[in-house]
Amino acid sequence: MELHLILIFMICASIMAVEIKDLISSVIALSAVGLGLCLAFLILKAPNLAITQLVVEILLVVILIQATIKRDLPLIKDGRWLFNTVSTLVFIAVFLTFGYFSLKELPSFGQPTMRVSQDYLANSLAQTGSVNIVSLITLNFRGFDALAEVAVLFTAVIAVLAITRKTGKVYEK
Amino acid sequence: MKNDTVGMSIIVKTVTRLTVGLILIYGIYIVLQGHIGPGGGFAGGVIVALSLIHLMLAFGKDEVLAKFNKARGLFLTSFAAIVFLLISTSRFLGRQSKSVALSDIVISVMVGAGLFVIFLALVVFIKDSLEGAKK
Repeated sequence: MELHLILIFMICASIMAVEIKDLISSVIALSAVGLGLCLAFLILKAPNLAITQLVVEILLVVILIQATIKRDLPLIKDGRWLFNTVSTLVFIAVFLTFGYFSLKELPSFGQPTMRVSQDYLANSLAQTGSVNIVSLITLNFRGFDALAEVAVLFTAVIAVLAITRKTGKVYEK
Repeated sequence: MKNDTVGMSIIVKTVTRLTVGLILIYGIYIVLQGHIGPGGGFAGGVIVALSLIHLMLAFGKDEVLAKFNKARGLFLTSFAAIVFLLISTSRFLGRQSKSVALSDIVISVMVGAGLFVIFLALVVFIKDSLEGAKK
């Protein structure tokens, strides 16, 4: 029940974030979506994800306010509305179709298939010596996922620095 | 701290001086207890980066850039990435390693330094290069 209330709140806030004209109000509405997601993680009993979501959301709001508010953003309103609407509707239809078929195959909520996770629950403490099973699975059993995550972050740092470097930005008239 | 015209007002500076150490210690605590309770390398690293960003927003960019510049951040990011690569590929060599706490620490260094460098690039360097382009 609380989860549905939070989901409705998140949908309302994200619609507000898209539709509002003022940029700083839009950023505040976006951060409300992130706060709702953090509460949803807490209700679903995932404190690891809740902490990470809250902290990343704070960093995101600071970067958005500092980096984008004072810039002029080009806003294109006219032209090609028919093509845009039709392509949006087609993509929504494709997504809903595939989502329906794939959601039918999933086990129902709260009753996961326990073949792999039984093994994790039974042997993880003896094999690795860590109590927190979530961080143990992400860092030890599924260590290559964490490696790919680190690679993505490293690529992001290099790419941002390459785009915003000072040399090479000489404009000639 | 000597130059009062840079950064925000004196109230913000005083509160920042009191709180930034607590935020830093909380981030390190989140990292170090990541294998016992909720938390972990990513969240703790972001909190450490947030304490640096807090310091920079209050005191201006020169106070922080004197201690933690772009070269040092890039060095920390690359070094931590290489160490994590060694940790996670070392599982090919032998048995299941007991390295959750070590991976947490390395990931926190990587995430803290990397996100702070991204913040520097997006907020400080873009402003400088745009001003340089206008001249």
